Amino acid sequence: MAGPEIKAPAYREFPTVPALQPDSMVGMNPYVANEKMNEAIGFPGKLVDNWEQVAIAKMGELLTKYRSLKVYLDSCVHCGSCTDKCHYFIGTGDPKNMPVARQDLMRNVYRRYFTPAGKMFPKLVGAQDMTKDVLDDWFRYYNQCSECRRCSVFCPYGIDTAEITMAAKEIMHAVGHGHKYVNEIIGKVHKIGNNLGLPGPALEDTLNGLEEDVKEDTGIDVKYPLDVQGAEVLLVTPSADFFAEPHIESLIGYGKVFHAAGISWTLSSKASEAGNFGMFIGSYDQLKKIAMRVREAALELGVKRIVVGECGHAWRVAYSFWNTLTGIGAGANDPFAIELQKQLDPNYKQPAHICEVTWDLIQAGRLKFDKEANDHRIITFHDSCNVARGSRMGDYAGGQFDIPRNIIKSVANKYHEMGVGTTHEKTFCCGGGGGLLTDELIDLRVKGALPRMEALKQVVDQHGVNFMATICAICKAQFTKVLPYYGFKMGLVGGVHQLVSSAIQLGNEQ
Amino acid sequence: MTLFFAILFYVATALFVGGLAYKIYDFARTPAPLKIPTTPAPTSTPGVAFRMFREVALFESLFKGNLWIWALGWAFHMGLFLVLARHLRYFTEPVWTWVALIQPFGIYAGFAMAAGLAGLWARRFLVERIRYISTPSDHLMLALLLLIALTGLGMKFLMHTDIVAVKAFFLGLMVFDIQPLPAHPGLYIHLLCVALLMIVFPFSKLLHAPGLFFSPTRNQTDNPREARHVAPWAAQLEKN
Ligand code: SF4
Ligand code: SF4
Repeated sequence: MAGPEIKAPAYREFPTVPALQPDSMVGMNPYVANEKMNEAIGFPGKLVDNWEQVAIAKMGELLTKYRSLKVYLDSCVHCGSCTDKCHYFIGTGDPKNMPVARQDLMRNVYRRYFTPAGKMFPKLVGAQDMTKDVLDDWFRYYNQCSECRRCSVFCPYGIDTAEITMAAKEIMHAVGHGHKYVNEIIGKVHKIGNNLGLPGPALEDTLNGLEEDVKEDTGIDVKYPLDVQGAEVLLVTPSADFFAEPHIESLIGYGKVFHAAGISWTLSSKASEAGNFGMFIGSYDQLKKIAMRVREAALELGVKRIVVGECGHAWRVAYSFWNTLTGIGAGANDPFAIELQKQLDPNYKQPAHICEVTWDLIQAGRLKFDKEANDHRIITFHDSCNVARGSRMGDYAGGQFDIPRNIIKSVANKYHEMGVGTTHEKTFCCGGGGGLLTDELIDLRVKGALPRMEALKQVVDQHGVNFMATICAICKAQFTKVLPYYGFKMGLVGGVHQLVSSAIQLGNEQ
Repeated sequence: MTLFFAILFYVATALFVGGLAYKIYDFARTPAPLKIPTTPAPTSTPGVAFRMFREVALFESLFKGNLWIWALGWAFHMGLFLVLARHLRYFTEPVWTWVALIQPFGIYAGFAMAAGLAGLWARRFLVERIRYISTPSDHLMLALLLLIALTGLGMKFLMHTDIVAVKAFFLGLMVFDIQPLPAHPGLYIHLLCVALLMIVFPFSKLLHAPGLFFSPTRNQTDNPREARHVAPWAAQLEKN
């Protein structure tokens, strides 16, 4: 990419709010999807002729389908509580990256076409016509939102900018103006089965290789099974786990956990991807289609439990939406969902997070660890945004914070929290979520990581932290790429099950 | 003038009640197809009720977000609430006991309300970020509310008006028997602004009041694995 060299912003001495730098990110132009990519997933190939009308009609349709959109467009009082909460605003200073300003890009248009005040007194309420300039701003700034929901924590009405961003993306798709990176990936997941386009045979090879590696390492035959009929557990994990570093270390860990606990499990070549980019573009249709692969795989393989690997938004989709979309869950009274739910074992949470599985086994005393094996690591934990604010683990609110930490503390001795206000529900997004994990947005990604890097730097300086554990494939990929810009080694990030993998005792077979 | 205000208040009340009822109906009929509570969220209905109570009465999320806005906003809203309660004495005969009891507090509340409003307005000028997001209507709304508060306080402390007659006017309005309204500039401005506020309520950001109760990130129970949640239009998709 041409242009100036990309540099990390300076650490702030105190976490003060940045001064506004209007239009500082206006040059950030995500690549537009081409005709083939758009059409492959059922959207118009390129910007349709009467796109203004189509966009407004789509907005009207969404307003009748999503209460969130309607209520949120009406309810914002411009109080300003959210203005300094977005990591992209903190990193860039661009006022349009303030959550409320991002929402206003759509709210202004909404007011113009759907409210009496905006129709009669547009100037007074800041209403705006749907023009090409507006569309360009939408494409730019809605593609600078990682749908991390941090802003929604601090809004007195719970306004979730992610909901607005998703609606905006859905409207942009309806007029044929999609984002290349995301649409390409959705195309792959349908055609090949996963986001990375890894076909079944390649997957099998990878898993065989993995078995050999683990055998060499530990002397034990840990299996990484694919498409095993009648296995108890179907593991659905982000496809990055199959070959990317450090993701693969966690996959090794999942296998060891199942091995040590004696649970039969399998991966599926059909559902070889936990990620669901349908959510990023706000398309219920795509969200459902992508999720249905998991339902189909579960029915075909006859599994009793469905477990999800380390992935942030995938876990949100699995935990919060799968029951709605596909019937993976419990408590249904309709034939569609019952068909699957009667197959699944009601003694387990459906779906379950791999961390829930591991933590339950630890509590039941079924896993043994050699904690010293992690003594070379001084660990901290980065809460992934979609796990923290869009899902849960375990039986009580906030289990999603405790369970991964409990696991870490069970498998390692040295652990330090990052600063208050940067973890748990207030955690910062890694800067690469929401379908922004693409090279053309690297400037944004580096800047958006600033608040997390500041919190990390503090524990690195104070406690010598050398390992930031996380449970999200996007976080892992994003940090691996971005850490060096801030002067850290890229190996500083890794998975929770990577730590499990290092410490778990596999018994003395052979 | 009496007749003008009588008509104005009938119109304002009709628009306020009708507009708000329509908006609430509109919010209520729009489905929330997915479970999107901002977590950690309560896992039971009483838990959600408690979360909503904290949001409505204490502005919990705003407290987490920004202490200045919280303090000013809370002072204004609680002040407004007490002042409104205090004004019930103009609409009830005999005055309810609890309304009589809170009369003295209502006066402090009036000051709290005005101070909160002034502070919130000052932020719109002084804080760069908030200046950036403010629209003319945001300023006008604050001006309107502040004018109501100041004229109200003015009539209490500086230029008294015949409140017995004012009460007779409103009691009369309620039974369609129009009584003379005292001629008093402060009172005229006060009532005019109140009517205006009632009229714009259903068409403006004042909808945040009902909106909060319909906010899916706040009012949903966190139990998606235990209960299947499907919106009617989404259920339709399953049939094909
Ligand atoms: S959802 Fe996250 S990325 Fe989007 S505006 Fe809110 S804080 Fe920023
Ligand atoms: S916190 Fe909520 S109400 Fe306040 S400006 Fe942000 S979105 Fe609007």
